[in-house]
Amino acid sequence: MRQSFVSFGAGVLFAGGLGLSGMAQPAKIQAFLDFAGAWDPTLMGVMGAAVVTYFVAFRVIVGMPAPVLGLKFHIPTRKQLDAPLILGSALFGLGWGISGYCPGPAIVSLPTGSTDVLTFAISMLAGMGLFRVYEAWKTRRSSATASSPLSVPAANEPTVTRAAAPEERPFNPTGTPLPIP
Amino acid sequence: MDLNTVISPLERALLGGTLIGLATSSLLLFNGRVAGISGIVGGLLTPTKGDTAWRVAFVAGLVAGGLLLFLLTPGVFSSGPSSLQLSSLPHLPLLAGGGLLVGFGTRLGSGCTSGHGVCGVGRFSPRSIVATLTFISAGALAVFVLRWLTGGLA
Repeated sequence: MRQSFVSFGAGVLFAGGLGLSGMAQPAKIQAFLDFAGAWDPTLMGVMGAAVVTYFVAFRVIVGMPAPVLGLKFHIPTRKQLDAPLILGSALFGLGWGISGYCPGPAIVSLPTGSTDVLTFAISMLAGMGLFRVYEAWKTRRSSATASSPLSVPAANEPTVTRAAAPEERPFNPTGTPLPIP
Repeated sequence: MDLNTVISPLERALLGGTLIGLATSSLLLFNGRVAGISGIVGGLLTPTKGDTAWRVAFVAGLVAGGLLLFLLTPGVFSSGPSSLQLSSLPHLPLLAGGGLLVGFGTRLGSGCTSGHGVCGVGRFSPRSIVATLTFISAGALAVFVLRWLTGGLA
């Protein structure tokens, strides 16, 4: 299936970018986070280049009625800041700082077979599994009682057919009818 | 091959970051998907029919790319434990604890450095911007505690 080919290629390219940029080295990550010590700004340059590239591409892609191979865009639609976002990000950040690894570099580093990476990766999967358990527990609890303020997001972002926001619609100054997406 | 003789670390960072941007953009352009690795992997833990192949393919690509790197330029990976240098705490338990936090936290927070940090920030998502600032701050705190309060290189 062509989508899988593209996915695979994107994964290889992503791995290449991580490796080339030095982001597969936990020491470099922790050195970036070491604001109070010997600060290494490399990660900022990497993330900056990635963000700028994605920003430009996104502006173009967003004008399309649909992705090249797929039926629709799966872009998160939630806008509100909530407790799970902040708490989850904080927990993630702590783990990231402690280990110097996040999901991408960990998976890319698996072929090295190092004990460090395997330990991290297995624990990461365990942590994700733990969240699944927590999610299931919350669902059972909220179906029995009134829902709690700490609402838990779905495991996968909702799949939506994107209706283009006004600033995102294809450039159409004359207002001629566009094909229905 | 020592990459640093061919291209400077800054150039490597910018070029590598651009590759990451291209990779994530490709996934969006062709498959319409956000390249949030924690989400891609997390979605595999609850496999849904029709939604699994592309995730497996992406993870396989990450591993294949990693294998290529390992064979061609193994120096891009860590040559030894790094959090050991920051702290006198036992090394593997730190990694395990970090892994648990990353696994749980990315799912709870709906994203990681690629999902929020690149894709979310790249489209100016307020949630992702806040998430990114949060996890960077938390990471800085963790490193600070490790480095200054639990011993290790000053």
